[in-house]
Amino acid sequence: MIPELGHFALILSALVALVLGTLPLIGAHTNRLAWVALARPAATAMALLVTFSFACLTQAFVANDFSVVYVAQHSNSLLPIQYRVAGVWGGHEGSLLLWILMLTWWAFLVAMLSRQLPEAMVARVLGTLGLVGFGFLLFILFTSNPFERLLPAAAEGRDLNPLLQDPGLVIHPPLLYMGYVGFSVAFAFAIAALLSGKLDAAWARWSRPWTMAAWIFLTLGIAMGSWWAYYELGWGGWWFWDPVENASFMPWLIGTALIHSLAVTEKRGSFKNWTVLLAIAAFSLSLLGTFLVRSGVLTSVHAFATDPRRGIFILIFLVAVIGSSLALFAARAPKVGLGGRFGLVSRESLLLTNNVLLVVACATVLLGTLYPLLIDALGVGKISVGPPYFNAVFVPVMTPILFLMGIGPFARWKEASIPEIAKAVKWALVVGILVAIALPLLYGQWFAMTALGLLLAAWIVATAILNFIERVQHTRAGRGFLAAALSQPRTFVGMHLAHIGIAVFVVGVTMVGSYQDEKDIKLAPGQSVDVAGYHFTFNGVKAVEGPNYVAAQGEFDLAVDGKFVRKMNPEKRTYHSSAMPMTEAAIDAGFLRDVYVSLGEPIDRDKPEGEWAVRVYYKPFVDWIWGGCILMSLGGLIAMLDRRYRVRARAAAPVSAGTQQA
Amino acid sequence: MKTRHKKLALIGGALAILGIIAALVLNALNSNIALYISPTDVAAGKAPVGKPFRIGGLVKEDSVAREADGVTIRFVVTDTAKDITVNYKGILPDLFKEGKGVVAQGKMTEAGTFSASEVLAKHDENYMPPEAAKAVDDAQKAANKHVSPSSLSQPKASY
Repeated sequence: MIPELGHFALILSALVALVLGTLPLIGAHTNRLAWVALARPAATAMALLVTFSFACLTQAFVANDFSVVYVAQHSNSLLPIQYRVAGVWGGHEGSLLLWILMLTWWAFLVAMLSRQLPEAMVARVLGTLGLVGFGFLLFILFTSNPFERLLPAAAEGRDLNPLLQDPGLVIHPPLLYMGYVGFSVAFAFAIAALLSGKLDAAWARWSRPWTMAAWIFLTLGIAMGSWWAYYELGWGGWWFWDPVENASFMPWLIGTALIHSLAVTEKRGSFKNWTVLLAIAAFSLSLLGTFLVRSGVLTSVHAFATDPRRGIFILIFLVAVIGSSLALFAARAPKVGLGGRFGLVSRESLLLTNNVLLVVACATVLLGTLYPLLIDALGVGKISVGPPYFNAVFVPVMTPILFLMGIGPFARWKEASIPEIAKAVKWALVVGILVAIALPLLYGQWFAMTALGLLLAAWIVATAILNFIERVQHTRAGRGFLAAALSQPRTFVGMHLAHIGIAVFVVGVTMVGSYQDEKDIKLAPGQSVDVAGYHFTFNGVKAVEGPNYVAAQGEFDLAVDGKFVRKMNPEKRTYHSSAMPMTEAAIDAGFLRDVYVSLGEPIDRDKPEGEWAVRVYYKPFVDWIWGGCILMSLGGLIAMLDRRYRVRARAAAPVSAGTQQA
Repeated sequence: MKTRHKKLALIGGALAILGIIAALVLNALNSNIALYISPTDVAAGKAPVGKPFRIGGLVKEDSVAREADGVTIRFVVTDTAKDITVNYKGILPDLFKEGKGVVAQGKMTEAGTFSASEVLAKHDENYMPPEAAKAVDDAQKAANKHVSPSSLSQPKASY
């Protein structure tokens, strides 16, 4: 009964979404206030219905209702409760429902937090979100119904893929989806601007926090996925240029370009068309990602069993969204206008360069991701594009971005002077060069690429500090340094924190790429192996039992300089419900390095107490990769909470509700 | 006039940079793609010499053997028509299993075996790498066997 209620609520929400996607938009166009006023209640109703539906599916999982096909395929009565809840999004249908849930929540939040926006604008934004929601609801109802019944009911579920039975699964998809779907708000704002032909500084000020929120979630979601792959997949890598990783990275790159271009649109009124185009692109790439992951055209960790109808549906939806929004853009962009002029050397031109490079980076990822599909579709053969391609392309594209990141904050709007900037940043360059020479030597070996990475990281941090000090000195006005430092605008503080996050990330990538060490070796109990000064002694393997698996648990003693540090217990698990083994690595995490042990296979399968193939890693600075991402998100959060998004927006409300135009 | 010159310089510079980037990207792409070649095609001598490529197929039953160092592994990849011996040093992925699909990247050695630098198995026991499925499909089509080729790429329903 409950699954039927969930299904029914989903159908109702599709009808509500259709109303939301049509009447308020028409109302805003024809000035029918009653239709415009429908937007908020309809968005609220849509969110409530989808939330109810999602709760019904969760209930089916928690209650082990194996008469629902989706539950029978992705759960098991032995599955611990937290994974039964997370199992809701452990397969295609449920993760799609999660996607829709997120979309309706974003719409609900916009409805709640948009009191200061003109009503027609709210109607257009929510109407656009309603249309997007309607498309996805049709998709789930016609091709991927999670509430489909199984008759007769299964006695036992097939279980959740053991890879997904991990705290990472509980967090990674919701964060990532919040990010993906969050760009639909930026998209909706862009469409609303095109529809009304009104794109001013106030518009940019409304869009900025929403775009930033989506970007923060996407950053955290990607970082979480990377960390999960690192410890759970047992390969010790943090990024594989897997097509699905790329699918999430492309909207991130464009989203990053978008938050920078929005800054110009807000401060200077420039880049208007470009900003709108980026907002459309960011969301389109989110949709493309969904298509790539869900259509089954890709081989990947994330590919679920597929149904060709799904791929075709998403492809049609993708073409419809991109086609109609680009058509709208072509028709309305001249009305939106280009905005203010700026000099060849100026904050604007530097941010433009940043944008162009980010778009180029995204295009190279897109090319590397789609090229194999294209070759396959043409029937020329099957190929794969591997990590070397992406690495070869990414370093030269990212180097100028990282360099300019140090200069940008010093450049004045409109017209900047190169000698003035050079004078301000020269000490940062000195610091960067010193670090680039000294640090690699400290690690024993000097590589040019390592030096480059460290140079850029130190450069970013040093310029950020110099810029911060300079600004505080300029705005002191008789106050103490600390008082002035604490009263800096949050967007400014957030920007530098996020940039420092990038530097931290670059240090992690550089150091782990240059100095990591790994050994695959056969060990008998009592034998030991040394990696980068870490001494691992293998004490053998014993059988342990988990809630729904049995495991061979190895015991290692980790020692440095003859001194015992800790025991490490990697596992090789076998889950009852599937014959699939799972490697659980043991990681000793540290500020400057991780050491990592995982069990391969017993050399003789009948003698698990004997010799094992073992992999040991030394990973310097690897945690800086995710630490950097957290700093970026934190910087974004601080910038998002800047007072001017609330105070000034409220003050501007009475004016902009009328006819104010830039 | 002056702004026009500036604009021209800007556009010219941007085009030059984009050109360099495009050249760089195409060069990187060209030297870093790996072709998929089925064991049948390898046996027919269609494998590139000295360049890495990928093979896909099934791990032949009872073919996996370990050398004395414990981490060098030898196994046979088959598309049911032709076999190819693969050498790999390292830890195999969890889902590597005899009788299951596998994809390996590496080069041919002079001895006519395949030296793999990377072995990929997928993350769901019921999931068949499409490249492996295709190699087997093609071989079976060639042999006119009446096995439904698509049955290999479909997940089993085990409830």
